[in-house]
Amino acid sequence: MKTRRRLIDRPAFWGFLFTTPWLIGFLVFTAGPMLTSLYLSFTKYDLNTMQFVGTKNYHKLLFDDPIFLKSLRVTVTYALFAVPLGVTGSLGLALLLNLKLRGQRFFRTFFYLPAIVPSVASAVLWMWIFNSDYGLLNYALGIFGIGGVEWLSDEKYALSAIILMSLWGIGGSRMIIFLAGLQGISDTYYEAARLDGASVWQQFRYVTVPQLSPVIFFNVILGVIGSFQVFNSVYVMTNGGPNNATLTYALNLFRNAFEYFKFGKASAMAWILFVILLVITGIQFWTSKRWVHYEGEARS
Amino acid sequence: MTPTKKALAYAVLIGLSVVFLIPFVWTVSTSLKETQDVFKFPPQWIPHPAHWENFPKAWSALPFNRWVLNTIFVAVSCTIGAVVSGSLVAYGFSRFQFKGRNVMFFTMLATMMLPSQVTQIPTFMIWRQLGAIDTFYPLIVPALFGGGAFNIFLMRQFFLTIPREFDEAAMLDGAGFFRIWWKILLPLSAPVITTVAVLTFLGQWDDFAGPLIYLNSPENLTVSVGLRMFMDSYGTDENLLMAASLIHIAPMIILFFCAQKYFMKGINLSGLGGR
Repeated sequence: MKTRRRLIDRPAFWGFLFTTPWLIGFLVFTAGPMLTSLYLSFTKYDLNTMQFVGTKNYHKLLFDDPIFLKSLRVTVTYALFAVPLGVTGSLGLALLLNLKLRGQRFFRTFFYLPAIVPSVASAVLWMWIFNSDYGLLNYALGIFGIGGVEWLSDEKYALSAIILMSLWGIGGSRMIIFLAGLQGISDTYYEAARLDGASVWQQFRYVTVPQLSPVIFFNVILGVIGSFQVFNSVYVMTNGGPNNATLTYALNLFRNAFEYFKFGKASAMAWILFVILLVITGIQFWTSKRWVHYEGEARS
Repeated sequence: MTPTKKALAYAVLIGLSVVFLIPFVWTVSTSLKETQDVFKFPPQWIPHPAHWENFPKAWSALPFNRWVLNTIFVAVSCTIGAVVSGSLVAYGFSRFQFKGRNVMFFTMLATMMLPSQVTQIPTFMIWRQLGAIDTFYPLIVPALFGGGAFNIFLMRQFFLTIPREFDEAAMLDGAGFFRIWWKILLPLSAPVITTVAVLTFLGQWDDFAGPLIYLNSPENLTVSVGLRMFMDSYGTDENLLMAASLIHIAPMIILFFCAQKYFMKGINLSGLGGR
């Protein structure tokens, strides 16, 4: 019969002990707040008095809050442009950097640099670039004979300006992950494709894309989640204006919570956001079976 | 590649580099101009003479000294906390079998998808109850519990690549688990430790919503919120504003160049690199 070892001698005990910092943090800063926030979403709460109101917050938000619906529209529009442009842009840069040429190290650094600029500094410097009278962008457009516009103070262009600015950062970690993925594709696939007479485009379409599909999938999911949480740039540059044209979901939520102190309503907004992201991510996982290719599956 | 194709590729690479770098050049150029030259059109790219005094002017207009020190304090505390606690957690996940390990690990990965807004309000209520509003605790303490799922994941992936024979050899020599973590795993994990440290530091330096919610007094602010305040007071002095932005940007660029070698490698190790 095995003698019972003291707790301290068991590796399992130590393993659990080492992971407890995460577990405690998870309970205190994630699980607990999640449940609290779910409860708060059914209340009216302004830090002083709390009143249970049932599903009223949800009902009002979804059916009787034009500002909320506007912020949802703004965010979806942002995501519909920023995610595809951002993902194809960073994939394009990675493909360029993957060409066997000298000096790629420098180009990689140049592409990456904008991604480490702090978001507030980036917002401040882009406001100056977007300045309608003395800004760089209208000056550059002027060289090509295109008349400038009021980028940030015209309702028609403000959101485009925010999307354009976000593209400055496409050379960041997303591109690096693509680049690593590209470097992980074995040359034998390309050699086989070339032997079969595949053109460069066909090699890209039938070798690169399937081989890279898990990475593309990962970047799209993270891109969507990120685009639903745009806050710093709009808070600094436009404060949601003009006429709420750049009022993103996250900015509207922040205002309700920390400017109007409507903590119940803001919690309901947070949970609606969470559910939206879960549904979108679920749909992406579901459709991914058709186009994401995993190495193990192909072999079996 | 044929020479024509090569030339074309270089043309595209150089063209794109110019596009990515021009905002930096524009910022530096504006920051060195005299006020009246800022609003000259077409813009003048190389200001002469260069007005270097814009930097001390911007620096001393508002308490940037204090803000930079505050931000460094918060960022360094978070970085040390995240590396120490995160590597312990990653050690637990990568080297031990215990009941509930996989459930915990997948729960941890799932938290990466949780929008921060869901936990923001109750967390604010906790800190308010504890009387910690307008202190650095709300910014630092959460980082001491592993430093976030992504960091733990990165370190775990790296630890899995270190042969267990090293642990076993150390154990035969009488080393305990803490010693193995400290003497074997950490020294062998320089690339991933550097990556996690740089990412945490960058994240804290960049953080805006956290300080915006928790810090109020002017002397307690961090650079990001301070820069926003500077914008409110000196928004029309574009040369000073650009100088102030560069105060925010420059440390990150320096950090990036110092850590670049490890850093790029570390991101590649995120588990997706080699798939």
